[in-house]
Amino acid sequence: MSVAESLPNSATIGVPQPLVDGPEKVTGRAKFSADFQAADQCLGRVLRSPHAHARILSIDTSAAEAMAGVDAVVTGADVAASYGVLPIAMNEYAIARDRVRYRGEPVAAVAACDAQTAEAALRAIRVEYEVLPAQFHAADSLRDGAAVLHEEKPDNVERRVDFELGDVDAGFAEADLVLEREFFNAEVCQVQMEPHATFAEWDGEREELTVHTCTQVPFYVHLMLARTLEMEKSRIRVVKPHIGGGFGCRTETLNVELIAALLARKAGGTVRLISNREETFITHRGRPETTTKLKMGLAKDGRITAVVCETLQRGGAYSGYGIVTILYAGSLLYGLYTLPAVRYLGQRVLTNTPPCGAFRGHGTVNTRFAFESLLDELAAGLDLDPFAVRRANLLTAPTMTENDLLVNSYGLDECLDWAERASGWRERKGTLGPGRGLGMACSHYVSGASKPKHWTGEPHATVNLKLDFDGSITLLTGAAEIGQGSSTVLAQCAAETLGVDMSRIRVVASDSRLTPKDNGSYSSRVTYMVGNAAIDAAENLKAVLIEAAARKLEATPEEIECLGESFRRGSQDQGLSFEQATAAALEGTGTLTVKGVFETRPESWGGKKYRGAAIGGTMAFSYAAQVVEVAVDADTGEIEVVKVWVAHDCGRALNPLAVEGQVQGSVWMGLGQAMTEETRFHDGLPITANMLDYRVPTILDSPPIEVGIVEARDPYGPFGAKEAGEGSLSGFLPALTAAVADALGVRADALPLTPERLLELLEDAPKRRRH
Amino acid sequence: MKSVLSLRLNERARDDVVADNLLLVDYLREACGLTGTKIGCDGGECGACTVLVDGQPRHSCLTLAAQVQGAHVETVEGLGANGRMGALQRGFHEKLGAQCGFCTPGMIMAAEGLLRANPDPSDAEIQAGLAANICRCTGYVKIIEAVRQAATESRT
Repeated sequence: MSVAESLPNSATIGVPQPLVDGPEKVTGRAKFSADFQAADQCLGRVLRSPHAHARILSIDTSAAEAMAGVDAVVTGADVAASYGVLPIAMNEYAIARDRVRYRGEPVAAVAACDAQTAEAALRAIRVEYEVLPAQFHAADSLRDGAAVLHEEKPDNVERRVDFELGDVDAGFAEADLVLEREFFNAEVCQVQMEPHATFAEWDGEREELTVHTCTQVPFYVHLMLARTLEMEKSRIRVVKPHIGGGFGCRTETLNVELIAALLARKAGGTVRLISNREETFITHRGRPETTTKLKMGLAKDGRITAVVCETLQRGGAYSGYGIVTILYAGSLLYGLYTLPAVRYLGQRVLTNTPPCGAFRGHGTVNTRFAFESLLDELAAGLDLDPFAVRRANLLTAPTMTENDLLVNSYGLDECLDWAERASGWRERKGTLGPGRGLGMACSHYVSGASKPKHWTGEPHATVNLKLDFDGSITLLTGAAEIGQGSSTVLAQCAAETLGVDMSRIRVVASDSRLTPKDNGSYSSRVTYMVGNAAIDAAENLKAVLIEAAARKLEATPEEIECLGESFRRGSQDQGLSFEQATAAALEGTGTLTVKGVFETRPESWGGKKYRGAAIGGTMAFSYAAQVVEVAVDADTGEIEVVKVWVAHDCGRALNPLAVEGQVQGSVWMGLGQAMTEETRFHDGLPITANMLDYRVPTILDSPPIEVGIVEARDPYGPFGAKEAGEGSLSGFLPALTAAVADALGVRADALPLTPERLLELLEDAPKRRRH
Repeated sequence: MKSVLSLRLNERARDDVVADNLLLVDYLREACGLTGTKIGCDGGECGACTVLVDGQPRHSCLTLAAQVQGAHVETVEGLGANGRMGALQRGFHEKLGAQCGFCTPGMIMAAEGLLRANPDPSDAEIQAGLAANICRCTGYVKIIEAVRQAATESRT
């Protein structure tokens, strides 16, 4: 058989692909951070504050240090440099210095030969506190005379965002119906299945540190280790092994990661620091308790005429991502519909609770719940169909929103069509009988933030492809595979571009000693940005192979036909196999490594109309529309979600199997927030820091979720792709409450909608409609 | 106090000296190096540590190692054959029943226990069999599909 007759296999894009690292995960071979062991390791344990707000008057560690088997004790005195994910707001310490600001904040840590010794050492540490007044809700921190958490923020406001675009008053004047409501979202936590764990190895001879840790952004961990340990970056190696989810809480460097490294250095060896579930809850970084006051005007033809949104977020004790969260909550009012006039006032408030952070759908979810809920009520008030109201406000791509967000592709109209059709909305709405209802809502999300938080002048993403003598291609990327399928999609992008079988490409990810730096897995950036870099790298490698084949076949590169696994000069040519082309390419140069990069376009960088307006700027938005069907028992308040139909516009679906999985996971995570999940405190004491009191839905609570993939291809996305992993989360919340309203005639404005809350609502609705 | 634990672990006989208060999950992970079995919570809440003890699914975090004296303990590492995935492992891989993979070993072992007792479960029976196992990635939709595929493959 001639080489030319062998069929190229380039059908990797748009075909369902199991994950390239799937076999490791299903056989138990996948190593997570807690799975690493060393014969001479110490175990780390953290001493945590029993007070929500207190001055640390003294810490006596002498008894702990004197104990046999204790290798290191660290306190705030061992770490002088603050840290934080935003360069402008680094006000947190790996271990509290002088003051604790939430219950459970680390005040000391030990490394010892075994768990019993480590725990005994913790008990031997004496800490003297002066307890201070504390606030546990945003409104309390805003009151006159409230205790100040950080002296540089005397009013306890982390950031106040205030903008008005368009003529709001004229908009309300034009409306046929104006409503104002206040919405409440309880705080929620990511509860990724893997508790936090870090394996830190200190090489005392070389003064070098290697850390295996459960992060979504190894690069940030690297930066924060260098900062807090005051080390040269070149002496640190950060490896992300398999990680058990993240959903945003691991986009920030966590104090336990830094503490593990501090202990390892002080112990002069290897420290394994595994947080239990309670500590993982306390480390938190969830979605903040939020009050959203929303006022909206609607015209009889369904047009939204004006919006006023006031958002109050309980940020917790430190800045973290707070500024970005409160900005997103306002900026991403835009990007879904045409909004002629918007006024936004956002306040992110410091409180004596564990810090909030980025949680899947960062900043958008609670705002979207309020927005879609009020839109649904307005539609009902004007006797308009919820689908028709959305269709009356569609954007036309390409366009720029009023706050200068680029919308280059827009599949919301198709999403609406699919969800309406698949759910049988027109035939079934209003016909389901007592206690049953249908509700719908829309949502969207960014495909990566177009301006990185750490602006360095480097490209957004860099991918290396290494071609060696054996004809194997190694794709080297810093992108963090966290279960979303990032390594798979990058292998697909490279294989498709080269026209080779995916099995020829092996992915090595997230080891700072081997892989190029990457900005990490957050804000759904990997497919779009790193995917494009992988395509760029593959095109560069393909050019090298074609040139080598041309040399070998005595032709010009233009004459070479590349069939992926073979290269030939004209259809009669015997051609070169991939191995032969590889050999030709390596002649005179040896092993090849080519690079690909991706840069965002300036028009996607967001606006300048108000301070922080760049937040929200992205190369592409995903879109989603969903219908939720419920069966509600008005006597017990129990809600059964019968089924969800969700359409998600992810541009070209590179891996439809992974897209479905991401969309189902998003919708279901929205279900948890909407129905059962709530992070609660009693005087700052976490009272839901376990998986029984914090109710993650079980398989028995979880409905069938039918996914419709809509492909409004993006002009600059990799093969036209956009994000798939976040955009459909937020729509579930308002679609659920709309369905309950359809079933029982009462509108819930506070979530989670537990049976208790629903019963209260029914009791408070004296003239409630009963079918 | 310590005593000698004799058991079969993934078909192989083993004897170890273990502390009387050692949890089965710690015995498997720390003493035997079988880190496929995961710890996701502080005790009996998440199901990630599920193993089979004499064919029955059991939380290894709520079981003392000493309690499996003379028993046959099976973990996710024991399900394949000849270096290939077992039916449930293949189902979870091909149907994307595993995303991050952390709940997967426990989920697969719970499903293995289910299929041995009921080779042709309905969706409701699959849900009942996996009700003690939490997954945070998939929304469970593809987990049900994965178990269904494995059940079909095993019966044919």
